[in-house]
Amino acid sequence: MTQPALPPGAIVAGQAPPPFSLLDYEGNLREGIDPSLVPDIPDADCLRLYREFVKLRLVDDRYLKLQRQGRLGFYMQSTGEEAAQLGVAYALRQSDWVYPSYREPGIAFFRGYSISDFTNQLFGNDEDPIKGRQMPVHHSFRAGNYVSISSPVGTQIPQAVGTARAAQILKHDTVVSVFFGEGTTSPGDFHVGMNFAGVWKAPVIFVCRNNGWAISTPLSHQTASPSIAHKALGYGFPGLLVDGNDLLAMITATRMAAARARAGEGPTLIEAYTYRRAAHSSSDDPSVYRKGKDDELREWERRDPVARFSRYLERRGILTPAIDAQYRDEITQEITAALAHVESVGPPPLMSLIEDVYAQPTANLREQLAELLTLPRQKLGHG
Amino acid sequence: MPVYNIIQAVNDALRIEMRKNPNIVILGEDVGNFGGVFRATSGLQEEFGKDRVMDTPLAEAGIIGSAIGMALYGLRPVAEIQFSDFIYPAFDQIVNELAKFRYRSGGEYPAPMVIRTPYGGGIRGGHYHSQSPEAYFAHTPGLKIVIPSNPYDAKGLLLSAMREEDPILFMEPKRVYRASRGEVPEGEYTIPIGQAKIVRPGKGVTVLCYGSMVHSVLDAVDKQGAAEFDPEIVDLRTIVPFDGEAILESVRKTGRVVIVYEAPKTCGFGAELSAFIAEKALLHLEAPIARVAGLDTPFPYTLELEYLPSPERIAKAIAETARY
Repeated sequence: MTQPALPPGAIVAGQAPPPFSLLDYEGNLREGIDPSLVPDIPDADCLRLYREFVKLRLVDDRYLKLQRQGRLGFYMQSTGEEAAQLGVAYALRQSDWVYPSYREPGIAFFRGYSISDFTNQLFGNDEDPIKGRQMPVHHSFRAGNYVSISSPVGTQIPQAVGTARAAQILKHDTVVSVFFGEGTTSPGDFHVGMNFAGVWKAPVIFVCRNNGWAISTPLSHQTASPSIAHKALGYGFPGLLVDGNDLLAMITATRMAAARARAGEGPTLIEAYTYRRAAHSSSDDPSVYRKGKDDELREWERRDPVARFSRYLERRGILTPAIDAQYRDEITQEITAALAHVESVGPPPLMSLIEDVYAQPTANLREQLAELLTLPRQKLGHG
Repeated sequence: MPVYNIIQAVNDALRIEMRKNPNIVILGEDVGNFGGVFRATSGLQEEFGKDRVMDTPLAEAGIIGSAIGMALYGLRPVAEIQFSDFIYPAFDQIVNELAKFRYRSGGEYPAPMVIRTPYGGGIRGGHYHSQSPEAYFAHTPGLKIVIPSNPYDAKGLLLSAMREEDPILFMEPKRVYRASRGEVPEGEYTIPIGQAKIVRPGKGVTVLCYGSMVHSVLDAVDKQGAAEFDPEIVDLRTIVPFDGEAILESVRKTGRVVIVYEAPKTCGFGAELSAFIAEKALLHLEAPIARVAGLDTPFPYTLELEYLPSPERIAKAIAETARY
């Protein structure tokens, strides 16, 4: 059977190119790449980035175990997706804004969020920066221009575009980055945000961590587009398909997108092609829906972003086993200290229930709190 | 003193605050070049430019979502939703995001902004140009909801709203957008958010109302004979937070209450007022609390004046409550 014809003028999406990648899986620069695309990173910065990689791994391992032991209500890992976070974090300025989803703690850490604050948030205690108001991993870090995280996916996308438009109006050279997974390219907020950004030429970088899975739903059930990057074309700006497990490629792509944004050229969509190696969250069990896909997992472990970068640094003579051991030791101590500390911190005060609903509590809130204060205390929500 | 209608009063308030505060920006559909379909933003883009009065693509979730992002960054957006019937695509952004930003971020990210939207029936608008959806939003902690009934209040309340630290849903009664006219002082003045106004003092029956229903209640009193029951008409002006003290003071005096609102009766905002009075002033009541409201139907086109609380229906409820 012949294919039904299309009239002249039909526009058809072409196949996706291979992702832009600089490092191979052994940590060598790929043959034939344009050397001008390899980011020049000072040795000290290389080590700082490596330390952040190690931090994310150690934190993920430790807190998932803690959740499994029943000491923590909930946890979400970003294992295997660290390069997408740290590449953007490194390429942007601290003054640039970040709208994260729930899988980019690396950017908060990179900008100075402490393991102690991170831990207090997970435990929702009296020293939690957000006062026990949200589930674990919904951080907010104003000092790092890292915006409060929402659970419903995609809501942050039009908000990020508005922040970018505000920077444009105020003639600041702030760039805004916004993170989401490939599942989030389905709801309306993604399309609305992309469209507003295109029309406004807003200085925003959309970063889609295409990790292949939205809980149990694979990419093929999410979109018929040849790539996520293709989606940018409909909104009038470029889409970049990038190896999300290659820190160097992520840095270069983000620098180019940021340069475009600061030059008034508008938005860019970066598809960070990666893989969700862990479960969606501690409440999820991928063995149910990824049965028989062990090869897929092994292949992505081979592409591990941390191993690739560490080999690259070892070859350059920057990273040594002694430095690696030192980082692991320091970070482990930080985690241990943070966990020891949470044992001594109680829950937020009852007053925090009615604070921050409004700038000042309204009469009905004060009345409702007064009633609670006359009653015995209840068990804590995550107990 | 100039005589303005509500649209002119809104326009005046926006212009005054935009001249005073460079962080005020307006965004919405058709608000710029055209000046809004009701002309409320007329002339503002001409004076303040396209960066401060922005025509947006046609997507309410984008208008509110991007306004939130502007507010977080330090601007003071005044977003317009062209008709409140079109607000639902932005429901998630308003209810789950805007209203909760300050709370969920432990106070790190407040999002003070104003959403202006014309609401209500009586303009031959049918189901999608007549709704009165305030109760959906009144059920959302974190939002404040202001509903003026006349030009003087509209200007003073909108000026307050643009200076508030909390997100405000500012609902404008489009049925009386032009019909309600009155003297409006030139220059700045503010009316506090959360303060009711006694429109007509009385001792017989407390009549609670807001927005365009204030005018229907006045018609019931002035033209349908309800004046003989000496009603006290209370214009709430703000429904979240509502002025509980003013309500209770009036109810303790009259012992009788009629609540008038044009949204569907069931779970409308009058239900909250009724429960509040029952909780706080039961022993002062001489009669059951009466509600005069829209029908529990979608908003009709041809028979809209039957659906809406008419002056006759309001007068009947006042009489029955007074005689109970």
